[in-house]
Amino acid sequence: MSQVETASAPTLEKKPEFWRWEESCWADPDQDWKSAKAITVGIDVGSVSSQCVVVADGKLYAFNSMRTGSSSPDSAVNAFKGVEKKTGLTLKDVHFVVGTGYGRVNVPFSHKAITEIACHARGANYMGGNAVRTILDMGGQDCKAIHCDEKGKVTNFLMNDKCAAGTGRGMEVISDLMQIPIGELGPRSFDVDKEPEAVSSVCVVFAKSEALGLLKAGYTKNKVIAAYCQAMAERVVSLLERIGVEEGFFITGGIAKNPGVVKRIEKLLGIRAMETKIDSQIAGALGAALFGHTLVQKQGPSKPLVA
Amino acid sequence: MIANYGYKDGSGEYYISINTDKCINCEVNRACLTACPKVMFEPMVDDYEDEVVCIKSAFRRTLAYDCADCKPSAGYSSLPCTTACTPGAIKHSW
Repeated sequence: MSQVETASAPTLEKKPEFWRWEESCWADPDQDWKSAKAITVGIDVGSVSSQCVVVADGKLYAFNSMRTGSSSPDSAVNAFKGVEKKTGLTLKDVHFVVGTGYGRVNVPFSHKAITEIACHARGANYMGGNAVRTILDMGGQDCKAIHCDEKGKVTNFLMNDKCAAGTGRGMEVISDLMQIPIGELGPRSFDVDKEPEAVSSVCVVFAKSEALGLLKAGYTKNKVIAAYCQAMAERVVSLLERIGVEEGFFITGGIAKNPGVVKRIEKLLGIRAMETKIDSQIAGALGAALFGHTLVQKQGPSKPLVA
Repeated sequence: MIANYGYKDGSGEYYISINTDKCINCEVNRACLTACPKVMFEPMVDDYEDEVVCIKSAFRRTLAYDCADCKPSAGYSSLPCTTACTPGAIKHSW
């Protein structure tokens, strides 16, 4: 019998994930939820990220922002658990839960589902004040342009979820291609001698091919990133122009944290985006929690469903 | 509220706009629901609890193809949906 030589299994090096953005969990140290009369929760299950926001008596109290997993219900539960761990708040203490985002109907403990369009408008109204009129939500896999009134009620909207151009996913693709952490892309896009022409703004796959071609043609990584940021800006500006842009311009979603895209959008529109100290990624969940607060005031608290 | 259903891709912009303010108290008994040969419209209750119509989600990413049969190239001189909606709540972008 011949002896079979067993080769030791090759050790797999862990591949760095440049696209992986930072998850965050926060609670206001100056508030105590135990003294609040109405506690409402908004859960935004998006295609890329999930957020849980807690509003105590109509005021932002805590939030958790994390990546969406393969299961929408699990993502919703995990988003809430993050806040639970941070604050000690349980579902029994919550008076109303509103689900939003593309996975809104799969939030196992929600009382109501509201579209992310209405929730982003409401959230932006809270974050930027009642002067907010035009909202650009740059989500993980879609992009929305929204107009709202002084109360945060939607008056006009359009959404593009047919392709990834102008979305967070597009930026993740470029981050991986360039092998640069996603948080560094924006600042590095300004480190160029001359602003390059934009790459394809209609398709992420084409943009990726073009970016590779530019690298081979001798472009620096920073110059390629600048070309992609410009393409993203042009893409979303063309969407915004369809519904028109009014003063009081506010950007929500993860891309709002990328100055390389935001500054280029501002330049193309000739208008500055309003600033906020609150994480732009939680706008949808915050709006959902605020809708919940209004509903509690109107119809009284509901008994939370156990997740 | 003006709700724009559709998309923009490399070939153009394809949006159907519905002015829900004109749609809430429909004067023509939701004629659009039956006027569209592909039955693309459906009633819904929006986020503000108003009864309006919308485009079915199955059609929102394929409007360029779904509406092609009602465009002038297919022999129509006017769109069945916009003609049926006499209050003028429905508009096509292309």
